[in-house]
Amino acid sequence: MSVRTTELVIIGAGPAGICAALEAASHGVKTTLVDRGEELGGQLIKQTHKFFGWHKKSAGTRGVLIAKKLAGEVLNNENITLLNSTEALGYYDDGTLLVETPRGIDRVLGDRLIVATGASERMLLFPGNDLPGVYGAGAVQTLMNVHGVRPGDSVLMIGSGNIGLIVSYQLLQAGVRVAAVVEAMPTIGGYAVHASKIRRLGVPIMTRHTIKEAYGKEQVEGAVIWELDENWNGIPGTEKDLEVDVVCLAIGLTPLAELLWQCGAEMAYIPELGGFVPLYDETMETTRKGVFVAGDVAGIEEASTAMAAGRMAGLSAARSLGKVSDLDYSRLRNEIAGELEGLRSGPASAKILSGIAKMRAMLQSVKEAAAVSEAEPANRPAKQAASEPTDAGDLPKAGARDSEAQGNNGSKSEEAVGA
Amino acid sequence: METGRSSCKTRIEDHPILDFPARKEVTFTWEGQELRGYEGEPIAAALHAAGIKVLHTSHKSKRPRGFFCAIGNCSSCLVVVDGVPNVRACTEKLREGMRVERQVGTGPAPRARE
Repeated sequence: MSVRTTELVIIGAGPAGICAALEAASHGVKTTLVDRGEELGGQLIKQTHKFFGWHKKSAGTRGVLIAKKLAGEVLNNENITLLNSTEALGYYDDGTLLVETPRGIDRVLGDRLIVATGASERMLLFPGNDLPGVYGAGAVQTLMNVHGVRPGDSVLMIGSGNIGLIVSYQLLQAGVRVAAVVEAMPTIGGYAVHASKIRRLGVPIMTRHTIKEAYGKEQVEGAVIWELDENWNGIPGTEKDLEVDVVCLAIGLTPLAELLWQCGAEMAYIPELGGFVPLYDETMETTRKGVFVAGDVAGIEEASTAMAAGRMAGLSAARSLGKVSDLDYSRLRNEIAGELEGLRSGPASAKILSGIAKMRAMLQSVKEAAAVSEAEPANRPAKQAASEPTDAGDLPKAGARDSEAQGNNGSKSEEAVGA
Repeated sequence: METGRSSCKTRIEDHPILDFPARKEVTFTWEGQELRGYEGEPIAAALHAAGIKVLHTSHKSKRPRGFFCAIGNCSSCLVVVDGVPNVRACTEKLREGMRVERQVGTGPAPRARE
């Protein structure tokens, strides 16, 4: 096991993580960027559609091209060390991030951490939801847009948000039939421009409808949909049997926040942000000092806001390391804040904004409670026990492992290279 | 070859936006049957292209499991590769001569490697 020390560790090389890395590196911060995939860009590598974005940033550009451009900038940046094909396994109280590289397990010790791990797809409960052929919308995109394999012949799309609509269009582009898009809500969730595109191509979008079951012996051979009443119950007699071999779930995402739980950051369940999210301030810092967040892990939005939020996190980390002058900091911070505000100015952002407001109110009360317990010495022992679970005995041990591992570092990596 | 033909149907040849560059073809086996796929693509992509969707069975009731998330999150697509169980078919790259088998439940205990 070798130990890598760095000023800033960023987990996740999607749009948020990459923009955080580029921003921090531009201020001279030695940055280590960790990503489980081989290719840089996170989910952008399968987005063939053009982004609306903000007028200055990437609007009208296809996601795949944004990913290529960002990846090029990372690879040419001497302040960024890239650890790709590397999985973050866990975060320890002494600040160790344990990672699994293709050569083995390493420790990464950073002065600051940015978690930009993104999100995972939600699951829906229905009979047959575990059959092969029931795929997440992201999986369908990966299979056809990255690997060039059609997911099946005929697809039932569940969910009419932008992902459901865009992936339906991409399926049609790949020569796959889309039998229907069903939407439990009374109205279509995504933009009208995406909905019209697939409707013109003959795909019915059925609101107030959902899947009743998927069936098949070993894999999906068909699916039954039905209409919902005002209480979200299926209406008997409205069932329709669709001959499909793929059921695609596009019912939203939920933050991949396990590492933040491990960090001991305060978390809260905020449905508007997609589930459990960390509490974080305007600089993207969580309640765990030195740990920042950006992108979907901080609340489900889209790639353009993830890029801006990533820059904000990178700037804040650089600032807290003393790398940014007051003048530059306030200029850049205002610039990025303005960009985020612009991106969130549409009617579709109302939900996100109310989620962020809710989260900030919770953060405020957590901070106030911390201030009170600090002012009252009687509360101190309890607070310390809760927020600093590392007892003193753990630290020297971690330090000992540290030096031992460092001592072995040279020979180990040579061995690995030789083998 | 039989399997070569079936994989042509599921492979995207013409796409209005994307180009899929020519890649090196390799031979591997699935449950002892010889198949062809592209070197470096995920095992799951090669199997899917060959029409194979059931990759794994659940631990308890042995229900069929397949590809689901495609990015190594969900463990639905675990297979046995060259005798080693719990390999994620959606992220493991295909290599010439790979022996891939459906994983039943937790799969076999890995044999000691020399």
